[in-house]
Amino acid sequence: MSTAVLIMVTLALAACAFVYGRQRAWRVAGDAGGIRALHSLPSHHGTMVAMWCALPALAIVIGWKIAEPGIISSIVHAEVPASIAQNGERAISLYRNQIENQIAGGSAAGIQDPDMQRLGERLLSVRQTGATALSALALIAAGLGAALAVRRISTTFRARASVERVVHFFLLSCASIAILTTLGIVLSVLFEALRFFQQVGFLEFVTGTRWSPQTAIRADQIGSSGSFGAVPLFVGTLLISFIAMLVAVPFGLFSAIYLAEYATPRVRNVVKPLLEILAGIPTVVYGFFAALTVAPALRDFGQSIGLSVSSESALAAGAVMGIMIIPFVSSLSDDVITAVPQSMRDGSYALGSTQSETIVKVVIPAALPGIVGGILLAVSRAIGETMIVVMAAGLAARMTANPLEAVTTVTVQIVTLLTGDQEFDSAKTLAAFALGLMLFVVTLVLNVIALQVVRRYREQYE
Amino acid sequence: MSDENNKPGTTDLGKRERAGRERGAGDPGGAMAAAVSGTLTGGEHRGGSAGPDLPNHTGTGQGTAGDRVGARVQSGLKRRYAAERRFRMYGLFAIAATLSFLALLLISIVSKGLPAFSQTYMQLDVMLDADTLGVDASDSAGQLRGGNYGGVTKAAMRERFPEAESRSDKKALYGLLSTGAEYELARRVIADPELIGQRLQLWVPADDELGALIKSGANLADPDGIVTRMSDRQIGWAADMQATGELDVRFNRTFFINGDSREPELAGIRAALIGSGYTLLITFLLSFPIAVSAAIYLEEFAPQNKWTDLVEVNINNLAAVPSIVFGLLGLAVFINFFHLPRSAPLVGGIVLSLMTLPTIIISSRVALKSVPPSIREAARGLGASDLQVVFHHVLPLAMPGILTGTIIGLAQALGETAPLLMIGMVAFIVDIPQSITDASTVLPVQVYLWADSPERAFMEKTSAAIMVLLAFLICMNALAVMLRKRFERRW
Repeated sequence: MSTAVLIMVTLALAACAFVYGRQRAWRVAGDAGGIRALHSLPSHHGTMVAMWCALPALAIVIGWKIAEPGIISSIVHAEVPASIAQNGERAISLYRNQIENQIAGGSAAGIQDPDMQRLGERLLSVRQTGATALSALALIAAGLGAALAVRRISTTFRARASVERVVHFFLLSCASIAILTTLGIVLSVLFEALRFFQQVGFLEFVTGTRWSPQTAIRADQIGSSGSFGAVPLFVGTLLISFIAMLVAVPFGLFSAIYLAEYATPRVRNVVKPLLEILAGIPTVVYGFFAALTVAPALRDFGQSIGLSVSSESALAAGAVMGIMIIPFVSSLSDDVITAVPQSMRDGSYALGSTQSETIVKVVIPAALPGIVGGILLAVSRAIGETMIVVMAAGLAARMTANPLEAVTTVTVQIVTLLTGDQEFDSAKTLAAFALGLMLFVVTLVLNVIALQVVRRYREQYE
Repeated sequence: MSDENNKPGTTDLGKRERAGRERGAGDPGGAMAAAVSGTLTGGEHRGGSAGPDLPNHTGTGQGTAGDRVGARVQSGLKRRYAAERRFRMYGLFAIAATLSFLALLLISIVSKGLPAFSQTYMQLDVMLDADTLGVDASDSAGQLRGGNYGGVTKAAMRERFPEAESRSDKKALYGLLSTGAEYELARRVIADPELIGQRLQLWVPADDELGALIKSGANLADPDGIVTRMSDRQIGWAADMQATGELDVRFNRTFFINGDSREPELAGIRAALIGSGYTLLITFLLSFPIAVSAAIYLEEFAPQNKWTDLVEVNINNLAAVPSIVFGLLGLAVFINFFHLPRSAPLVGGIVLSLMTLPTIIISSRVALKSVPPSIREAARGLGASDLQVVFHHVLPLAMPGILTGTIIGLAQALGETAPLLMIGMVAFIVDIPQSITDASTVLPVQVYLWADSPERAFMEKTSAAIMVLLAFLICMNALAVMLRKRFERRW
């Protein structure tokens, strides 16, 4: 029985168990003088039986699925011919892949090599026995669980409480997935990055100024030794993010001020959703716009005034990224500006200030922590933004502060290093994870600071 | 509120007060002006000239102090009102500029993309000659598929323009045909093998260069001033066909029923649309129940302790982690560790659901929080247990808000590209994916792939694909807004 079928059967059994449990509860209630005699509703009893039926069985299935690869690979290691085993781990896994490919049809009869055939048969039989044993075990567990649960049905049994305990646990584990995700990100990125730092020193990575990740595939190749100095990438990322913030902060802030302080409710109701459209447009669309409309326009404009603008200039990518971030800055600033108590504005008006003086001298200083927090979040967005730079910024790792030249960023390099075919443990691929680690750490720090600032600000006026 | 939290506020105000006092002390003229006119404005009186000037004027005795101060206030007022107007203009300008960026973006995409929805077809008069085809009506479908349909279409073109005799002329002539013509013919013949041996008139897609030329409405009779890669000879033939009505521009159905293709006139978004559909389905099935459960736990049951704090901090941070990092997670964990298939909507859906979880959790919590406590108390008063309170009363009332958040999260997932590049959903997909483990691509990735293609015709395809993507996003957001409007309750 395949795993999918087994799970289906278990769930079907659980459904039957639910119906039976509920009926049983009704009967028990009837014997004891009506439904009022039951502590819990019949459906609670039914659910309880269904849970006892399904959960242990599913736990067994999942447990086996986790343990199976380990068991199989230990068998392979134990029985692999010595001539292969002495060539190390990679030879073994290659050998195993060959066998797996041949027994994919379910039979080892066609294999020529006798050693391979013996091992192939062994693997097949282990899998088959495993699957049969698993099915039997799971179904027994399901039946046993259901039977035990049915025996517990009585007028005084608190089925509701026991069902709710399980549901409660389920809710808690769903909430904990957030932690698992973070953990998964940290571990996956960290492990690969550590493997990278074994090949390339950490110091070289963060202080080196030459980035050319093409490593030699064969030892006798010349000229592509690979060098992993990531400083040009950091410079490129900062340059583009800086340009983006140069666009996003003034436009975002001023539109937020206008919307929060000057605009009539009608204007606000029209303009805010329009700004949100800008936030909802996928980044790949911005990338296309930057690469095929803005960049050529900038280049032509540069030529007409005698400047040489690269067709993949940092300026085009940064400016379009800035446009993308405007609504982000504007909505966060709008929130904090509207949160400034009206009494502070009234005080300022009473002293004779005009509205703009009130805004510049009272409202903005009061909202400043929140605005700064919002801007920090926007910076972390700009740093992590991928598609716009992949499509509109270049691949040339250049250390320059000239926005008219092509630069590359951390995210562009991650995408370039990881798309296409490659083996997974070369320094080139692992470098992407090291870059990912840097990206994650930097954005995490920015986010934590920003969230702290925003939260403290919010408490101040609550 | 604790004392610590009060501190920043008080010191802030303190500073402001101090600054005001210092300003007043160093600027007697300003202070007097304020006293006379009854305004205190700060900045406008800071000018260094005001203080030292005043004693001089009083010394020479020209006019009364009150008049002069009044005049100064008047002139200051003018300046201040001008500053006020300027400031307002900045705000208006920022909004106008932002909105015109939006307009520019949409106009540039729509104007580029609209031509892709129509396609140039040409009429072909083919003789389905069994000898040229190499198959006949009694063959099986498999054999029919191997027929030489290209030869038949080429023969039809030669027949139409017998004057093309030299090798290069013939090659140029065949250049007007799209490979789509062969596929169309093959489809017809396989559907009805009896056609072999007969003469058939059919409309087939034209080559993309020719197609673009016809769609642009250029006057083919006058080849000067037409920018194209086609030769004058080819333009002449095209003009001939156009004159006899053998070229026609129609709605481009191919775009919606084909997968990707190397030929722009045959490329379609069907495969990407289906891939997006599968991916989004997985995302919804995973993220919705998990996010709602997590939100219920955090909002209704979570005790105030370290673990809850940790969960909340994590959710808030995950909402701001760059999407590409989720792609790295997917690559390292799901593909390299769990050996799930590369390029599959299954993995894409899992990664995207991890990414959208925080969005949905946060909006679901807001929705749950907005249900008034009286509902909970009433239910509890009737003997409902904690879970019954939540699942029978609070959750249904919060559902519109939760669904709105879910749709917005899914719209985000639909437009996401970067993490999917990491898990290999950048494949060249011609066939429509049949299941969640087939290699497939999604709409935004298709946009990314086409945007890289050198052919000019792919540019309009890209824009058209973007228009389809935006149409979906607009529909989803409109649905969310409608849900909110229709079911929102003010307590």
